[in-house]
Amino acid sequence: MTEQVESMIRKDYSAGFHTNIESDTLKPGLDEDVVRFISAKKEEPEWMLEWRLKAFRAWQEMEEPTWAHVHYPTINFQALSYYSAPKSMADKPKSLAEVDPELLDMYAKLGIPLHEQEALAGVAVDAVIDSVSVVTTYRAKLEEAGVIFCPISEAIKRFPELVRKYLGTVVPQKDNFYAALNSAVFSDGSFVYIPKGTRCPMELSTYFRINEMNTGQFERTLIVADEGSYVSYLEGCTAPMRDENQLHAAVVELVALDDAQIKYSTVQNWYPGDKEGKGGIYNFVTKRGICHRNARISWTQVETGSAITWKYPSCILKGDNSVGEFYSVALTNNFQQADTGTKMIHIGKNTRSTIVAKGISAGRSQSAYRGLVRINAGAEGARNYTQCDSLLIGDRCGAHTFPYIESKNSSAQIEHEATTSKVSDDQLFLCQQRGLDAEKAVSMIVNGFCREVFKELPMEFAVEAGKLLEVSLEGSVG
Amino acid sequence: MLEIHNLNARVEGVDILRNLSLSIKPGEVHAIMGPNGAGKSTLGNVLSGRPGYEVTSGEVLFNGKNLLELEIEERAREGLFLAFQYPVEIPGVTNMEFLKASVDARRKHLGMPDLSSFDFMKLARETSKKVSLDPAFLKRGVNEGFSGGEKKRNEIMQMMLLEPSLCILDETDSGLDIDALQVVAAGVNSMRDGKRSFIVVTHYQRLLDYIVPDFVHVLAAGRIVKTGGKDLALELEAKGYAWLDDEGA
Repeated sequence: MTEQVESMIRKDYSAGFHTNIESDTLKPGLDEDVVRFISAKKEEPEWMLEWRLKAFRAWQEMEEPTWAHVHYPTINFQALSYYSAPKSMADKPKSLAEVDPELLDMYAKLGIPLHEQEALAGVAVDAVIDSVSVVTTYRAKLEEAGVIFCPISEAIKRFPELVRKYLGTVVPQKDNFYAALNSAVFSDGSFVYIPKGTRCPMELSTYFRINEMNTGQFERTLIVADEGSYVSYLEGCTAPMRDENQLHAAVVELVALDDAQIKYSTVQNWYPGDKEGKGGIYNFVTKRGICHRNARISWTQVETGSAITWKYPSCILKGDNSVGEFYSVALTNNFQQADTGTKMIHIGKNTRSTIVAKGISAGRSQSAYRGLVRINAGAEGARNYTQCDSLLIGDRCGAHTFPYIESKNSSAQIEHEATTSKVSDDQLFLCQQRGLDAEKAVSMIVNGFCREVFKELPMEFAVEAGKLLEVSLEGSVG
Repeated sequence: MLEIHNLNARVEGVDILRNLSLSIKPGEVHAIMGPNGAGKSTLGNVLSGRPGYEVTSGEVLFNGKNLLELEIEERAREGLFLAFQYPVEIPGVTNMEFLKASVDARRKHLGMPDLSSFDFMKLARETSKKVSLDPAFLKRGVNEGFSGGEKKRNEIMQMMLLEPSLCILDETDSGLDIDALQVVAAGVNSMRDGKRSFIVVTHYQRLLDYIVPDFVHVLAAGRIVKTGGKDLALELEAKGYAWLDDEGA
């Protein structure tokens, strides 16, 4: 066979969806066949395919939202490819020597060990002995506790009843444009189940799943904490990841049953584009959790990456006495745009929520906080405290605040505090007069500004987050 | 250690210092007095390199180096310290963290190793007691919610930790009650070791009862119009500044 014939056959295969798993990437475009293809690739049960198709049909009727305070060229969804097979070892860089030196420079500044750098940069290496043993140890430990932590594609096959019971219950397929798109074509993601009364013996981190991290642009995560259980989940990594997909539309659903507690921490550092604002990831994420009686969900996020961020981790406080928390640092530099915040929906009695949002804008970036606090009629004694602080560095950036408060119960107590400040010349001068250079001074001032949020992060993450801000702000002074 | 020759400086286009010359030897304490608007604070700001203060001509040698060519932080690391009249707050940055970073920067410049966190903490606690600040202040944000007196004592504590070779105190006595004044003065006096030099900028003779200067200079219209010993301060206190105009005329 000639090469040409071979490639034609491959094309036919991809169009006809009869191909074998090892091969290809789908041609651009999205229709029902593409959804069927993805589902078939993942050997999903019929109900899952139906679920995806329902989402796809809903998506076709929906319009892309335009209310966010961000600007970007129209996305042609038919020009994107919705499935690409995992890269073979042969396509990956052979060693760090083949990796973009700028990326390596960043890793070095963040102090990331060499073997982790290889994994992050997608270098084709055989699994390092160390990490294999770590993975084995954590698996054994989790199994002993009865905790399920696996790729969601695996969970759909191994624990269909659990997935079916909860998938889409917090973020329905039709929730919004991007959530519908994700529901139709999601590639993979994590599934976590913590059994009744169990305290997860370790912090669950996507880092442990580093080999499976290339889950692509439509990631789907579902975490279920059964009654009286506790879990802390860490998403992301301070290191910038190699990624060729420009559009990301992830969905994260959290279910905290009675007396359960979920702590979800994110550090997001995707490619923000270059100094002129070219390239960079569009990050349109839907994250939401539901709290049953006496349950608690805490979202903590440090966002420094992406060209555009559209993200509102939210809590539905359905059960009485449940608690929702949102602690956020969003830093934008150069031409980045972020529209981020949270929604706290108070349904149960005596529900409480806390929002601490810190926005830092530098360069020519624009950062917006958008938050909704809604107190339903039945939410007797509900309380909310919102603190929203913006810090500006330089005079070409912007910070915007869009708080929405809706209260239908007169017993509710809602507090909202907002401040906007600048890194002042006097603060900088004080630091420099004490021997600190300007960049160190700015990073110290910014870290101080974020302290309340960083203290909510797990210790190691907090230290990394501090360093990450320092690196992200490089060149923003002077 | 500090040689100022014919220094001219302006702020927002207005000439403030005019041909100011001053020579300070190691271990000396020089008090700078003078009426409002004479340029007293400007001198400290120019020497430390504060943005907005433009040197139009003149020369300043600091330990043999051309001070005016150095960056703000380089001047600080060389041993120039300015105690601020109005210290700013840096919310969320703990005093301890800030002080450790400053001391590390200075030590690095001098080729000394970083102090361990443990040793530094011990040193900082001891130092805070010397200026009657509760060590709990070390854990608070830099000047965050401090009273006026606490801010000034915090400045002196920083000065003690950084062990500069030239200390410039910019109206450190303003807003201090007599007890706080004595604490500040005792802190400064404890640092007089025959090598370290001081420029004490003040409005009032009172501070100089506690920090006894070797020289008193009267600054008027951007120049030093009179220099004397510590008795000059008493004379100024008694007569005010007006008589100098007559004398100069």
